[in-house]
Amino acid sequence: MIITDVLCPFCGDLCDDIIVEVEGNKIIEVKEACETGVSKMMGHERIASPMIREDGKLRKTTYEEAIDKTAEILTNSLRPLMYGWGSTTCEADEKGIELAEELGAIIDNTTSVCHAPSILALQNVGLPSCTLGQIKNRADLIIYWGSNQAEAHPRHMSKYTSFPKGFFTQEGRKGKHVMVFDVRKTTTAEVADDFVQILPGEDYRVLSALRAILAGAVDVVPSSVGGVPKEKLVEIVNRMKNSKFGVLFFGMGLTQSKGKPYNVANAISLVRDLNAHTKFAVMPMRGHYNVTGITQVCTWLTGFAFAVDFARGRPWYNPGETSTVDVLNRGECDSALIVASDPAAHFPRKSVEHLAKIPLIQIDPYPNLTTELADVVLPAAIAGIEVEGTAYRMDGVPLRLRKLIEPTHLSDEEILSRILGKVREIRGD
Amino acid sequence: MKKIDVKLTSGRSIEQGIHIDNKMSSGYCDVAAVCELNEVDMSKLGIRDGANVMIKSKFGQVVVRVRTNNRNPPGIAFVPMGPWANAIMDPSTGGCGTPQFKGIEVEITLTFDSISPIKELVGFR
Repeated sequence: MIITDVLCPFCGDLCDDIIVEVEGNKIIEVKEACETGVSKMMGHERIASPMIREDGKLRKTTYEEAIDKTAEILTNSLRPLMYGWGSTTCEADEKGIELAEELGAIIDNTTSVCHAPSILALQNVGLPSCTLGQIKNRADLIIYWGSNQAEAHPRHMSKYTSFPKGFFTQEGRKGKHVMVFDVRKTTTAEVADDFVQILPGEDYRVLSALRAILAGAVDVVPSSVGGVPKEKLVEIVNRMKNSKFGVLFFGMGLTQSKGKPYNVANAISLVRDLNAHTKFAVMPMRGHYNVTGITQVCTWLTGFAFAVDFARGRPWYNPGETSTVDVLNRGECDSALIVASDPAAHFPRKSVEHLAKIPLIQIDPYPNLTTELADVVLPAAIAGIEVEGTAYRMDGVPLRLRKLIEPTHLSDEEILSRILGKVREIRGD
Repeated sequence: MKKIDVKLTSGRSIEQGIHIDNKMSSGYCDVAAVCELNEVDMSKLGIRDGANVMIKSKFGQVVVRVRTNNRNPPGIAFVPMGPWANAIMDPSTGGCGTPQFKGIEVEITLTFDSISPIKELVGFR
């Protein structure tokens, strides 16, 4: 059976034109997707069965026993932490927030370690943005700043930015100018028209210099800023002003290097300033396919995008205090539930040390480093392959993930529902 | 032993992305336990592609395989995001939730130790 118009559940591009061939209950071919998408959809080793750790070793068990154990751990905790959520459906995310409220837990998502600085920045200066469709049809200047999307979002350029022919961009690649700002010549930089190499940690200064030149204060800019000659900076500003529709995409190069939220606020402010001269938009390059979705769900249900603490019986948000890495660094939580994420692999080792000391529950389709530390493991069906549901593309457009094959495990939503039911039963609610 | 002081940046690579849901495989170790250096830095260390290097920061140390990538300027080392890079990262977030995964100061030396096994990176359990 051939299934068309499939969404790829890997990165924030959420490509919606994938063709999948299914035979029996197995995906045998994936077309149109990038290498990472094909790899995810063709499948990897799975966690076979629910497991509970006894005497240091994980032993197989039933969903029922693992869910009872999970509910017992969470209800007996004073300060439970619930983290992950970027690689599952909005429906599962919603259930997770309900559980966090019931438990008085901290609920935080993978935004916390990637675009948290962007959230902080946009709360201060806003986000003049648009959809990827508008960019495809209108943009003639495309800027990637600290974002190697040729490797992180492999089809971004061919589907939405540099290459496609749109309504007002009928010449395709020929009519567009692509610039890359980065500390090293990435594979993205290799296919750009302009590569601007910045010294590590100097992004803020370069952005400030561009804003100064744009404001007409060329004289105050020194001969070189962050490794970029002044003449080059002036040329860049002229190109920005003379574009018909520009867009600045930014990635971890801004959010995870020195200056973090200040870098992003400066980049957004540059775009805001440019709108006095032409039409310009800015967009964070979101990593996981539904990390935008969890920030949407979390915001509409709690008022905040990430790092929400329900300990007071109402949502409380204070990044640095209620964000996961900080909670772990202080050794504050006394249990953790990890859903669709692998913090043991993706947090600094020093932060992971506390995860190893506390009762840890994992809900995930795949064995990973967090499994090595988990006390309860609940295998889940793969959202977007075995389960349908809602996901948000990086530009905030909600799309429907499809079910391609029958699941062999429970969905995240079902597992969370059952945990919530059990927690309420224990608490006599 | 020759050593270099460089700034380390971590980030996505396409190979790392392909193996991200298959972390306990040897394929993941092959693509994520890697350090890329400019040939200038490689010759300062007097080493060739395939040698193992020890990367040390204030927060830890880790052994990975080295390879030349001249797209990195001299003075910048690249290690794909993942447990090997994270073994040496500063956990502090400066109050925003996100650690500084890029531009951290490290010392790199040649080593004859083998690549840090993935399970050892969380071996404090």
